[in-house]
Amino acid sequence: MSAAPSARWQRLPLAHFGVALAAFGVASLMAVMQALSRADLKLPARTAQIYYLSVTAHGVLMALVFTTFFIMGFGYVVARTALGRPLVGERLAWTSYGAALAGTVAAAWAILTGQASVLYTFYPPLQAHPAFYIGLALVVVGSWGWCAVMIRNYRAWRRENPGLPVPLAMHGMMATVILWCLCTPGVAVEVVGLLIPWSLGWVKTVDPVLARTLFWFFGHPLVYFWLLPAYVAWYTVLPRQAGGKLFSDPLGRMVFVLFILLSTPVGFHHQFVDPGIHAGWKLFHALNTYAILFPSFVTAFTVVASLEVGGRMRGGRGLFGWLTRLPWGEPLFTAVVLSMLTFTLGGFGGAINAGFGMNAMIHNTAWVQGHFHLTVGTAVALTFMGLSYWLLPRLAGKELRFPAFAQVQPWLWFAGMMLFSVANHVTGLLGMPRRVYEASYQGAGAASAWAPWTAVSAAGGVILFVSAMSYVLVVAGTVLWGRPLKDRPEVAWAEPLEPVEPRRTLWDRLGLWTVLAIVLIVIAYGYPIASLLGMHHFGAHGIRP
Amino acid sequence: MKVHVYEKFWMGTAVAIIAAFAAAVVLTAYGMGIHPPSHVETIDPATVESDPRFAHRGVGVERGRTVVTMVLRMWSFDPAELSVPAGVPVTFRLTSPDVIHGFEIVGTNVNAMVVPGYVSQVTTTFPRAGDYLIVCHEYCGVGHHLMQAAIKVAGGGS
Repeated sequence: MSAAPSARWQRLPLAHFGVALAAFGVASLMAVMQALSRADLKLPARTAQIYYLSVTAHGVLMALVFTTFFIMGFGYVVARTALGRPLVGERLAWTSYGAALAGTVAAAWAILTGQASVLYTFYPPLQAHPAFYIGLALVVVGSWGWCAVMIRNYRAWRRENPGLPVPLAMHGMMATVILWCLCTPGVAVEVVGLLIPWSLGWVKTVDPVLARTLFWFFGHPLVYFWLLPAYVAWYTVLPRQAGGKLFSDPLGRMVFVLFILLSTPVGFHHQFVDPGIHAGWKLFHALNTYAILFPSFVTAFTVVASLEVGGRMRGGRGLFGWLTRLPWGEPLFTAVVLSMLTFTLGGFGGAINAGFGMNAMIHNTAWVQGHFHLTVGTAVALTFMGLSYWLLPRLAGKELRFPAFAQVQPWLWFAGMMLFSVANHVTGLLGMPRRVYEASYQGAGAASAWAPWTAVSAAGGVILFVSAMSYVLVVAGTVLWGRPLKDRPEVAWAEPLEPVEPRRTLWDRLGLWTVLAIVLIVIAYGYPIASLLGMHHFGAHGIRP
Repeated sequence: MKVHVYEKFWMGTAVAIIAAFAAAVVLTAYGMGIHPPSHVETIDPATVESDPRFAHRGVGVERGRTVVTMVLRMWSFDPAELSVPAGVPVTFRLTSPDVIHGFEIVGTNVNAMVVPGYVSQVTTTFPRAGDYLIVCHEYCGVGHHLMQAAIKVAGGGS
């Protein structure tokens, strides 16, 4: 065969998507079990131990493994195709993949053998097996290798194209890379500096507020690490699939840069009700959190305007007539549009979470899981599923198997998530805590009001599971049994309505924005961390759950 | 950079909305004193049981204010039953000798993390008499969902 079904570079992203898919499949099983458990259904082998084990596995495999591997794979696709030059650093890319995969296996082993039921936030002094922390550290080290490869490719393109702005898709991926490099030192210091020596017994105690602060230094930018690659798809894949063009390229550049600047100095909004941190610093982080709403507001306009351009270029007329001309049968299109719709709801909830005083009404209640299943659980995850349907034929050179499932799957996800998420927002407002094995509280009056809603949530969970398995079926089916395509479609990126001017602007100066971001991070975290370290404080001994 | 007039209008609106959000937060924080519980006080988790600050648990009165002192541990609240008056400020002082716990009084705005090594403090006024449920909202091990307490608010309006 002269036309190899998979040229060399495509194997790299496909290998990443394989790990992502496996993690997603296992995590989905955990999820449906939890949804049914919360509704207090009498399932076989249902125990508290298994429930908390499964919450840990679901969080780690979905939020850390599925996302990170998918993003790394997608990053390589962008670097190769948007830059239009051969990848440099493929060997480092494969080494990083190996490190992250080994780390995933170690952490998954610790979790699934019941030695790391500490949830994906792993707050000390709950203590896991050292393999859990070492495994997670390896995943982060692998992702740093990915960052290095992405930066090398960016620089290689810049050398060959002096003075020109990099294509928008790569600009967005570089913003992702930079914010990841800015925030991961927080979790690295927490895990390598505090938790690994402590779990090995080399040091006796850990300060839990310091550990939480370092975790959320990383933990909130983590959500933008998930979100920005989805934004890359919204800006640079969706408009073309809608049959049109991107409404504005320069504003897209501005949006990604603002995320570099504002992603990290916001972490205290996860610690509003923590002791040991002064309210003034929490307020500063709250205001930064509001500022970071701005780039998402701009995105909402630009992306919807691009859809309208597409609808009208397809002959749509009238105020809303263009909507009917959009390609609703395309899995990528449907998945991304439903993701964006869901993200709007999630954004409103996020503004409430960031509300300094209002946060006390919802902190650590079911509202929070309702919220982040709209954002990461749909806006990000469903976009990634849509991207899988779009990328697979282009990378593997095979026809999508079971296309009807791919068409229905996004709608099922949307419907299931609406039930699940609305129910959890309501029970959260009614005071139900998140992450509890069962929520009857021995028949307490307040708890009885939650029961009907947990049933709605469980129904949503079942629909989501059907959707998740449809996704796994289509992706695995395509790779295993897909018919080879004679003409492999190209990975092609959306063009802007007005051509990009051939010169770099302020928004292309990523180095400058990185320096400004570091200044803001030092202001936001320097004093609070120094005062945590400086005051007379006590550590806590580890407790294995 | 060319910016379309629609985009300018939209971005102006977005800035106005965000400014309104921020103003609401700053005004309620400084004008009405609404802050999340942010008490800064440390304690050795190993000696909570003998620490004079937590020797007398339950409802007390300090300088004319109602103060509730509680220890949260795996997997119970100590004490697990309380009675406080309605209509007056009640301050809860909380700590943990083992892992992180959460403190939420369902149906009120009382919500705090309780972290070993630190003393959490949160003040509220119960407007109505009644029975309230206290739950732990931070995962603290396999008995997390069993961790609950009851608080009876007496007097005042109902």
